[in-house]
Amino acid sequence: MSLKLGVPSKGRLMEKTFAWFEKRGITLSRAGSDREYAGRVDGIEGVTLVLLSAGEIPRELAAGRLHLGVTGTDLVHEKLPRWEQQVEEIAPLGFGQADLIIAVPRAWVDVDTLDDLDAAAAAFRARHGHRLRIATKYHRLVREFLTQAGVADYTLVDSQGATEGTVTNETAEAIADITSTGETLRANHLKILSDGLILRSQATLWRSRVAGTPDGQRETLDNLLRRLG
Amino acid sequence: MPSRAETLEQAARLRAGFEVAGAQPVETPILQPAETLLDLYGEDIRGRAYVTSDALRGEQMLRPDFTVPVVQMHMAHGAEPARYTYAGEVFRRQEHDPDRANEYIQVGYEVFDREAPAEADAEVFALIAQALDGLDLRAATGDIGILMAAVEGLRTTERRKAALMRHIWRPRRFRALLDRFAGRAPVPASRAALLAAADPMVEAGPMIGKRSGTEIVERIAALRADAAEPPIAEAELRALETLLAVRETMPFALERLRDVAVDLPQITPALDRLEARIGALQGRGIDVDRLEFEASYGRTSMEYYDGFVFGFSAERRPDLPPVATGGRYDALTRQLGNGAEIPAVGGVLRPGLMLELGEGAR
Repeated sequence: MSLKLGVPSKGRLMEKTFAWFEKRGITLSRAGSDREYAGRVDGIEGVTLVLLSAGEIPRELAAGRLHLGVTGTDLVHEKLPRWEQQVEEIAPLGFGQADLIIAVPRAWVDVDTLDDLDAAAAAFRARHGHRLRIATKYHRLVREFLTQAGVADYTLVDSQGATEGTVTNETAEAIADITSTGETLRANHLKILSDGLILRSQATLWRSRVAGTPDGQRETLDNLLRRLG
Repeated sequence: MPSRAETLEQAARLRAGFEVAGAQPVETPILQPAETLLDLYGEDIRGRAYVTSDALRGEQMLRPDFTVPVVQMHMAHGAEPARYTYAGEVFRRQEHDPDRANEYIQVGYEVFDREAPAEADAEVFALIAQALDGLDLRAATGDIGILMAAVEGLRTTERRKAALMRHIWRPRRFRALLDRFAGRAPVPASRAALLAAADPMVEAGPMIGKRSGTEIVERIAALRADAAEPPIAEAELRALETLLAVRETMPFALERLRDVAVDLPQITPALDRLEARIGALQGRGIDVDRLEFEASYGRTSMEYYDGFVFGFSAERRPDLPPVATGGRYDALTRQLGNGAEIPAVGGVLRPGLMLELGEGAR
């Protein structure tokens, strides 16, 4: 049995992760064609590369099916309650930076803080007969953040993509989503609340606290962590 | 740990005791329509209850408590006055503490009665206290109605009072609002700029979404009107703070609150109700001289209690949740009653915890 390292299977996140490991003398690559999700590791013995969706990596780490994995802080915090007990942060990788934020229409000149959002939500509910809808895929993080802030009279609606468009489409009044440059928010006439930052996220290497490391693997892991650290 | 069979046996015993006290046994479905609960509690309930769904009925929740379905049942076809008892599982999502049970047995007793509310409060408390007899528990009581009366009677605008009432159950938010209305908290820069702007809508850009320009303009007008209002008077504020900090045995708490009522006379009717309750508790043999009253008790629980509240906890086991809780929820019957309402008070016990504590004591 070898150590399993999980890496996002697509796009820039995969390429940048490969580059980060390359700098440390470990070459990760896809085996065969670039449509195949089997991986290859050179430069260290006893490590297997598993390519999978970034969204599934937290769950696989928590289940102990991966020993190490690269994925965003946002996904780990959202998907793993009490994440500190299930995974350990080994190293932030310095890319994939994004902020999970709350944004409202720029036209809401009267709303700049969570305080305003709460007051606007109360008035909105009284007038429209339903709670102010916030579109997001980060249900747990957003709910906990808003509970902590004492915001009421809102409801979360699920949006797995194109979340910035939900306000124009009138399926939500506000959004909570990941943004890196704010470009898409601006293009969709949205603005970030001044105290609406929920989480700063970046691509991070995690170690599973759940996965066992029998004899032989322990050594490989120590060796690997020394080279990455 | 007691076995499930032992817990069920204990639950049956408790329920039988409540039947002897005059309650009619009732059952409610485990799957509850999510809409009612979401409407009552908002998004917070999703963090506490399990949600499931099917294509036909939409979202359903695993019963997080019995009170809501029992109230609905009573409001739909209950005769008055009524006393109900029930025993069964409730389900609570636990995302922070894996040691807390996410499924446990609850036994409850609920009274719907228009006559003598103080008597009904005392009846529920005394029955629960009696069921817990022999366990080393600390009882605490409170009364959300006193705080609500204090807020309703503040000498300030209706809008400010409504904002405070809305956050009675969120102490931090309540505090922040109070500081703002008292002029203690600085006005955020963005708010100051908005209030000073000749035409705030000039920067608005395209209007998108369901919240209209009219609503935005209306809120700005309301904010401007509010900025012109004088702050809540220092004397009222200090009285409110004194009220919130009251924590004494019942008779002393009443005395302290009567002092507060010199500055906040609006709480006097609520204090008369407290006094009547103390009398009714005494009448049922409760040692009120040793019973704690905390004016802030129950403010962080689920927001349907609006009068008398109480709880029993094992002081030596701070890791355990309360063994019994209860209170008055007149407003809930109004919300679920489609125009009808009835004063109601009830309490629940956790037979599993009772057995666990009983074993520990032996």
